[in-house]
Amino acid sequence: MESNKEKKSLTARLASSEAFLSVAASLICILIGLALGVVVLAIINPAHAFKDGLLVILQSGLKSPRNMGTVLANAAPLIMTGLSVGFAFKTGLFNIGAAGQYTVGAFGALYCALVLHLPWYLCLLVAMIFGALWGAIPGIFKAYLNINEVITAIMFNWIGLYMVNDIMYGKGKSPMYDLATTKTYSLRKAAPESMIPSCGMSDMFGKLQSVTIAIFIAVFLALVVYIVLNKTTFGYELRACGFNKNAAQYAGINDKRNIILSMTIAGALAGVGAGLYYLSTVAEWNPQVSTALPAIGFNGISAALLACSNPIGTIFSSLFISYITVGGTKLSTQYYTKEIADVITALIIYLCAFSLLFKNKIRAVLAGKTRNINVGKGGDA
Amino acid sequence: MSEYIIEMLNITKEFPGIRANDNITLQLRKGEIHALLGENGAGKSTLMSVLFGLYQPEKGEIRKNGEVVRIKDPNDANALGIGMVHQHFKLVEVFSVLDNIILGVEPATKRLGFLQKSDARKKVLALSERYGLKVDPDAMIEDITVGMQQRTEILKMLYRDNEVLIFDEPTAVLTPQEIDELMKIMKGLAAEGKSILFITHKLDEIKAVADRCTVLRKGRYVGTVDVATTSKEEMSEMMVGRKVQLVMDKKPLTPGESILSVQNLTVRSKKHGKPLVNNVSFNVRRGEIACIAGIDGNGQSELVYALTGLMKAESGKVFLGDKEISHMTVRERNLAGISHIPEDRHKHGLVLDYTLENNLVLKRYFDKQFSEKGFLKFAEIRQYAEGLIEKFDVRSGQGPVTTARSMSGGNQQKAIIAREIDLGNDLLIAVQPTRGLDVGAIEYIRKELLRQRDSGKAVLLVSLELDEVLEVPDRILVMYEGEIVGELDPKHTTAKELGLYMAGAQRKG
Repeated sequence: MESNKEKKSLTARLASSEAFLSVAASLICILIGLALGVVVLAIINPAHAFKDGLLVILQSGLKSPRNMGTVLANAAPLIMTGLSVGFAFKTGLFNIGAAGQYTVGAFGALYCALVLHLPWYLCLLVAMIFGALWGAIPGIFKAYLNINEVITAIMFNWIGLYMVNDIMYGKGKSPMYDLATTKTYSLRKAAPESMIPSCGMSDMFGKLQSVTIAIFIAVFLALVVYIVLNKTTFGYELRACGFNKNAAQYAGINDKRNIILSMTIAGALAGVGAGLYYLSTVAEWNPQVSTALPAIGFNGISAALLACSNPIGTIFSSLFISYITVGGTKLSTQYYTKEIADVITALIIYLCAFSLLFKNKIRAVLAGKTRNINVGKGGDA
Repeated sequence: MSEYIIEMLNITKEFPGIRANDNITLQLRKGEIHALLGENGAGKSTLMSVLFGLYQPEKGEIRKNGEVVRIKDPNDANALGIGMVHQHFKLVEVFSVLDNIILGVEPATKRLGFLQKSDARKKVLALSERYGLKVDPDAMIEDITVGMQQRTEILKMLYRDNEVLIFDEPTAVLTPQEIDELMKIMKGLAAEGKSILFITHKLDEIKAVADRCTVLRKGRYVGTVDVATTSKEEMSEMMVGRKVQLVMDKKPLTPGESILSVQNLTVRSKKHGKPLVNNVSFNVRRGEIACIAGIDGNGQSELVYALTGLMKAESGKVFLGDKEISHMTVRERNLAGISHIPEDRHKHGLVLDYTLENNLVLKRYFDKQFSEKGFLKFAEIRQYAEGLIEKFDVRSGQGPVTTARSMSGGNQQKAIIAREIDLGNDLLIAVQPTRGLDVGAIEYIRKELLRQRDSGKAVLLVSLELDEVLEVPDRILVMYEGEIVGELDPKHTTAKELGLYMAGAQRKG
């Protein structure tokens, strides 16, 4: 009887804990997504689906320090774009413009590094400001002209991309463009003072130079976003606008100002993401090939969705997505292409649309248990 | 043959964690109007959904003419001649009245399935003639009044030759005149041999039309009574479980200085440029309740929006005390001293996904009391919320951390009232504060409004309910098409006179 009582209180408590339900639902999404991933692998190449497919994807990220470093280096900017999208979601806005803000932020960081040779933190600051400006524009259109932020943001994604490409390439004469590599100059040679310091991180991860303190900056900013959203009056206003714009207006909250601020902050976060990526020299910008928007911008949507827009959750969802993406690149090209990791992530994200359903199912199961025990107790008495 | 056309015997229906219907019996005689009375959440809708085949009961049986039947879905119910007018109409907005009536049983040629509407039209016109259900068969649903939409729903049932007609809270959306008309229609239907189940929580309507009344409370069967021999007080006591004071004790009026004064206020529609509020002037004094009465959609909402700052006025002035507030923002007006219980508690009154405590500080989270250097003081908010919850008896599952969405309508409204009254402002604007609530909650809210009046506040009540308009305020201002067409003293006026002003047939001043 005594143990029954305790069990009841535990299941009842879990059933009413939103945090537990969200995490459990996301984990179920991941598991089902992986299971469906195996099915896809089996369809493409049945003989190798498990050992050369799933296991490679799941294990590679931890196989060597270098791989672990790659996971971290890619996760840092992804956390930032995830935060960008999640922050806007929380205030009722869909920031599909993270890719554009990221692009413009990348330009800001690279310009300050390659042309102005500023120290890394100033480069990062400029990336943030550029991203913020690019995010503010759809916000202003939304607030004052009631134009849907999705439409404006998509247009500004492309405006930003072509503008940035044009300036960086400069018909081949731009000071940022390296004719030898057809990319922007490598920071390691051209502007080492603008690189984000590694502080021994790269030694820990198999001398991979792109592993820097970027990941700590990203985690720190995730905490800041969490605190702003949940502990401040500003966050209270933003979330009120997101949940119910009419009630926010009724309470006297200036929703126009909040829409613009929200998009500006979302843009700033995406801009920092670009700074972390390029100032850590994970890659260089390729102005001629980059006719597609950077994937990290859109993957931020995935990271935010998987985390139910929770800033802390975004850290873990970004690490996870980065992890299986690295796993995907290690697949033997003899059997599979690396894009299969994208397919699996996509499956997981797609299932995340059902996470609310899973959440309610888990709640019902836990609540059902509680009820049965209650009924049993009633019989005893 | 059995005396009863429909019998629901010992029906029990459970949902996870709640027994919505617990051993309920309802017997409907042929040709009677049988009211089903109960507060919100008493299990009326669940019972009707069982009868209509939307839910399967765990226990109990349904009989038609004495024979046990199984109703698995609404199609079975239809086949048994059971029809229902839902509270929210199930009509296709862009279809004509006729098309809506034949929807699902369209007459068509045997081959190729071409629609044959001419016979259907004849039948509909014949039915509408016979039962006095005036409709224009070719009008689009979106263009006709709510009353005509309801008549369309009734014709839908009659067209299908249903003999048991369920009306789910049919008067909630109607004007007083339309309610009268509906009552006549229902009596006519019963006289023609149709059996009617009438779900409601309004006692006057039961008195007006019903033969018998079954009362439910908290999912349980309380009893079935003859309406003619049972008083309203007895029925309300059966419904609520205790004595309810339906008539208010009012202290004599002792008005003080003017708190709200409105001068020549005009609000114009952004869409078609028509004035929604047209050159309106009035004032509300300390220690009185003034009531704006009128049929829904005559500019009352827009007037309140203009007073509270949610909508811009085109011209005119609004004074709070001796301060002009016409050009202030919503926040500035709130701080200047307006409390506002909004018309739509879900749209404006609450952030439904916020906790109860967050909702209780919705207008003062930025106060020094609740925040410091931009950070919220959670302990203070909790303490404040607990105080209000206790003082105003707001009931919820988990106290201050309950999500507002999961609370009952009455307690949501209590939370809003607690928040607005505790602001301590001189002016309280209450827009339809009792809409959709049960008798117990209505009693509570009306008393609270009187308490505010007696403590020297100015109260502006906006109401569509006739009994509320006649009972609660000290002064009635009737609004018709954006204008105030009359000022009446509730002590010296009748519902009939009020109705004439509300319909625009009479005006003075």
